[in-house]
Amino acid sequence: MTDPHTASALSRLLGPAAAEATCDECFAQLGAYVDREVLAGDAEQTMPALAAHLQGCPACAEDYESLRALVLEER
Amino acid sequence: MTPPPDTSTDASPAVAGEELLARLRADGPRHEEAIRELHALLLRAARFELGRRSSAPAQMRGEERDDLALQAADDAFVAVMGKLAEFRGDSRFTTWAYKFALYEAAVRVRRRAWQHREVTIDAAAWLTIGDGAAGPHAQARQSELLRAIRTLIDTELTPHQRDVLVALTIQDIPIDVLAERLGSTRGALYKTLHDARRRLRSLLASAGHDLDLTSP
Repeated sequence: MTDPHTASALSRLLGPAAAEATCDECFAQLGAYVDREVLAGDAEQTMPALAAHLQGCPACAEDYESLRALVLEER
Repeated sequence: MTPPPDTSTDASPAVAGEELLARLRADGPRHEEAIRELHALLLRAARFELGRRSSAPAQMRGEERDDLALQAADDAFVAVMGKLAEFRGDSRFTTWAYKFALYEAAVRVRRRAWQHREVTIDAAAWLTIGDGAAGPHAQARQSELLRAIRTLIDTELTPHQRDVLVALTIQDIPIDVLAERLGSTRGALYKTLHDARRRLRSLLASAGHDLDLTSP
């Protein structure tokens, strides 16, 4: 069994294995990603490069969490 | 890109957003009214972001928070109006517009939290990785992987790649704070981090390391 703390440190160091979008691409497509997730639930499957970027970039991941929360609150 | 999901059955925010967009693109008094509505929408999003940030309420007085939200909304408004022609309808208009305000507010909160802190990239920080005691087999292999990474950071990355990797992934300095201090951008720093990570992954895989050990 792996140690979760060490696994987290390794994950931060090495980032996601999958091909990633850039920060600029992420910002450009973030609205579409969040709407797909909230309305259809298939964002990770249909936009995998953006999903990978959100795993690797904490700042963009925070932007995503906030936008998702705001859209959900508005529904 | 794949078309967005059909939102026609879930219409109220979507219809309101599209109606606002139409008025923003039109001329006359309805345009002026739409301008005010857009700014109010962005201000609401900025306040929402400041309210979500656990670090923000404790550090800021109400007046300061209001001022920060207004600054974020103002800058987001300029960005939205400047990019209005680029909106292609891949998302709801309101979702697209919100992200500008959330981004502006989040960057301000991160930078404010670090405004009195010196950002020093600690060359010694990465020397401590991989020093944990090796326990069961998988954990021993994790420690071995960390030690291999430590060696590769030292020998295979450029000094800039090493500084950015250490600052962002070991010292947990927010990328927007580091970008401000280095006169760079989030995108440029993440590109450096991405290249460093790819280099490390490639070298580790070539050496036969099991990279699945990054999953808990």
